[in-house]
Order: sequence, then C-alpha cells, then structure tokens
Amino acid sequence: MKSSHEGSVTFKSAEADFGLTSALGKSRSDIIAEISKSNLKGRGGAGFPTAVKWNLAAAAKGERKYVVCNADEGEPGTFKDKVILADCADLVFEGMTIAARAIGASHGILYLRGEYAYLRRSLEDVLARRRDRKLLGKAIGGKGDFDFDIEIVMGSGAYVCGEETALIESLEGNRGEPRNRPPFPVDTGYMGYPTVVNNVETLAWVAMIMGKGADWFKKTGTEKSAGSKLFSVSGDCERPGVYEFPLGVSIAELLKEVGAEDAKAVQVGGASGVCLPASQFGRKLAYEDVATGGSIIVFGPNRDILEVAANFLEFFVEESCGQCTPCRIGNYKLLETVDMLRKGCCSMNYLKEIRGLCESMQLASKCGLGQSSPNAFLSIIDNFKDEVMGR
Amino acid sequence: MMLIPENEVLKQELKGVAERYDNKRSALMPMLQMVQSRHSRISEFAMQVIADMLDIHPVEVHGVVSFYSFLNSEPKGRFIIRLCRTISCSMQNKDRVARQLENDLGIEFGQTTGDGKFTLEWTNCLGHCDEGPALLVNDKIHVKLTPEKVHDILEECRSTFGLHAAQKKEGGNH
Repeated sequence: MKSSHEGSVTFKSAEADFGLTSALGKSRSDIIAEISKSNLKGRGGAGFPTAVKWNLAAAAKGERKYVVCNADEGEPGTFKDKVILADCADLVFEGMTIAARAIGASHGILYLRGEYAYLRRSLEDVLARRRDRKLLGKAIGGKGDFDFDIEIVMGSGAYVCGEETALIESLEGNRGEPRNRPPFPVDTGYMGYPTVVNNVETLAWVAMIMGKGADWFKKTGTEKSAGSKLFSVSGDCERPGVYEFPLGVSIAELLKEVGAEDAKAVQVGGASGVCLPASQFGRKLAYEDVATGGSIIVFGPNRDILEVAANFLEFFVEESCGQCTPCRIGNYKLLETVDMLRKGCCSMNYLKEIRGLCESMQLASKCGLGQSSPNAFLSIIDNFKDEVMGR
Repeated sequence: MMLIPENEVLKQELKGVAERYDNKRSALMPMLQMVQSRHSRISEFAMQVIADMLDIHPVEVHGVVSFYSFLNSEPKGRFIIRLCRTISCSMQNKDRVARQLENDLGIEFGQTTGDGKFTLEWTNCLGHCDEGPALLVNDKIHVKLTPEKVHDILEECRSTFGLHAAQKKEGGNH
C-alpha cells in the first residue's frame, strides 16, 4: 500500500508529458477508448465515468469546445487538489490537453477558488513554460489541427461554484446559481458550447493512464472502482495530510495508517458526506460502498457529535445559493433542530417530521448541495442515537 | 508628474481587462476581482463603470457582487483577515485564535478597525484542514495558528501598510 501524508506517490513519479506524447500518437476515439477501458471515474466526488462524459462532448456539435478544470475545491476537509496543483501542476495541464485532444476543444479554463489565489502565480509560470515548450498554443505536437491553450479564472469565495453548472455561470459573469439539467454542460456548457468539466485529480489520472495504460491503472482498486485515489485526512489523528490509497481500502486500514485507531466516528465525503461510527469502520472507500471525493475527517472519543452536525449545517446555511426553497429553508430548519437536540428540547415526533423534510430536500433540491446536505444530519441522528437523544 | 483622477485610473485599468474578454460579460468576475484587490471594495461608481463597459444593467453587477463572499461594496480594511471556522479548524482551537484577534485589534468579527487597516471575518473551509487553524490575510495564507502567532501576523501587516504596500502584490508562503 502506498502511503505518505505529503501527497501522491504516483503523481510525483510521473515522467514529464509521457501521457500527452502517447495521446498525440493516437486517434481521438482511441484516446477515449483507453480512458473508457481504465474505468476512470470522476475524483471530485460525483464519480461519473470520465470516458462517458468525454464521448458525449466529442459527439456534441459546436463551433468551439471547452475543457474546464474544476479547481474550486471547497468541500470541508478536502485539500488534495491544492497539493496536486502545488506539486504536480504540469500533470493536470497535461490531462487537460489530452482531454482537449479527445473531444476536439480549443480552449481550456482552470477555475481556481479564490481561497487558493496564492497558487495562481506559480500556475501561470507552469503555463508559460508549457507554451514555450509548444505543449500549449498552435499546432501542439506538430498536429496542424490541434490548437489549445489554457487560462486561469478565479472564483471569489462560493462553495456552490464547485457544482459544474454553477461554475459555468460564474465563468460567464453571473451569480453562481446552478442551472437546471438537462441540458448538460457536455452539449450546452460555457457560453452554450460543449464543455467538459473535470476535477483536478481526475485530469492528473488521465495523464497517468495515457502514459502507463489502462491495464496499469486497473491493477489497483476494485472491479467497480479502478485505481488509486487521494484522500485528504484531517481531524483527530496523529498524521493528518494527503494520502494515496487504492480504492476499496477499508476505513479501519486508513485510520491505522494515519494514526487514529481510537476514533469514535469518521466523516467521509466532507460536509455533504456521511458520518460513520466505529461499528462501520470495516466498510470500504469505493464507489460501490462509501463513495467520496476524498475528504476524511476523524473524530476522537471526546468529540460532541452534535457540535459537528451544527458546524456542517452552519456551513450549508451560509453556502446555499438560496435559489431553491428546499435547500434555502431546509438547511436552516435542520440547524434549528440540531440546536434543539443540543438543548434537549427536541421530541421524537418532531425529529420524525424533520426526517421527512430531509427526504424532500434530497428529492426536490435543484443541485447536489441541497440534495446532499441532509446526509450528515441523517447519518448522525441514525448512527449516534445514544449520544444525540435524551439530553 | 501629471495628476490623474483616481476614477480615470480605475476606468483605464478596467478597460484593459474588459478588452481581454472582448468586452463580453465573462470579463465581469476578473474586473470585479481587480477592483476588489486594489481598492478593498467595489464602489457603486465602479459598478456603474463596469456595467457601462459590458453594456449590462448595473443591478446585474450588483447582483454578482452581493453573491460572492470575497466581493463587497461597503468599505473594508486594507487587510481583510478571514479565519476559517469549518470543522477541522474549529476542532483545532480556532476560538482561541479568534479571541486573540479580537483582543489585539479591539474589534469583533464583522467589523473594521477605526483606522481602516483591518477587517475581521469568518470564512468557510480554506483547504488547510491538516494544518489548522488557518486564516487568510487578503491572498496570503497562514496556518498552524496559535493565539501567540496572531501578534506577529498583525505586525507584519502593519509594517507593510502604506502607499507602497497598497501597490505591492501579496505573495503566498506556499
């Protein structure tokens, strides 16, 4: 098992532009076929198969196409994309260039969250070096039909812009309010053009897979969750940091590695994820079991789990864009309920009603924010009944 | 040296950004971010100028400014201090750092010092959960904070305050 709390072992060992060179020797459909064979799924959290997205964008008609790298890493407890951008930016831009080649895009945008503005200068330097080396610009790799360049656009402090349609709204100069889907960005994206939006880590894996092959990638992980993944580990543990594990690793194995065997609970997937008690530490971190964008927050034996719930809900109340009612009002009501539980004045009947509200939010919210914000609340009241009730 | 009114300087600066985006609305965020970083706020005058350049209603500009937490129309301090309050930083004693910031600056969160130097705010996850508590001073990140370190950070800001500091681009320590 690869283990380091200082980022990805695999990415740091990557040979420069090996993936891009290999991709330029392939036809567009062969590039997508290789990614498809690798079973690579989005590393941002949603876990959508990368090749499916690319195929749709490649087939879509548009006079220009865009590749957007989603570096709006705002999920609480996630910081692996920051580490990738700081240590292995070339690999990410390489992945974007491969994606552009595959779908026929001429424009690339890295949407960087405002909180990471201090990374911008070094990223611009990497882009400039790539232009000097003719890895960006006109006729890349001597291919007369392949022009592609990347610009960096900054966010300004809005979690919801990590949702791909909100991100596109932000790029277009609008409030970051998610759109109705369909249409999906792959056919109606930035400025109405076909657009692929991929997470930072996903694009880095794309470059690795093109360099080393789909079979190399599939050697790690499980059947349904191929490859390794970066995990951002924080909270009550001895060695917090960014770790690389094969998908399918159990929570217990991970906790052992980071020095947190006494944990009473683990939040997997950030504020929008689930809170699991020790009895479920045998579960696997994989798309088929506990899916995650990589945020792991460890809670030690003395943590008040309701304080945790309140912190997450304050986050959602603040970050809801306010566009749709289930999310705007729902999160506020959930926070109110946690306060009632903390004060010991929440009846079981009321809690049941609130559970109904959670279901409405999951079903009726417009985007992933409102659909997933009840997860932490529900898992806490289900998994920690003893601690939560009877205060 | 010819004296140019500040408003004219602002217009010139904005024109350059707008042109890079063919005066399309996609220039809006970069324009707002430029004004925000140079003036610590986006005044109604600036919003009107931007709206005219992009040929959109000023209310559209205002709507965007009010949406993003790093953009503001009301005046703020030259140094905006944003302390992370999300779970991992919260579990690493961010409250004590917060109290020391309030003690040293003599203001509460959400307020600006009388001399216009500092604004104190809460923010959500900064992505430094493994080295919290963390805060941003404008674009610069500070991690592994203790109440004791607060004084050094504030002194560093004070020592760079002034005309030259205002023009100096903030760099990160990463």
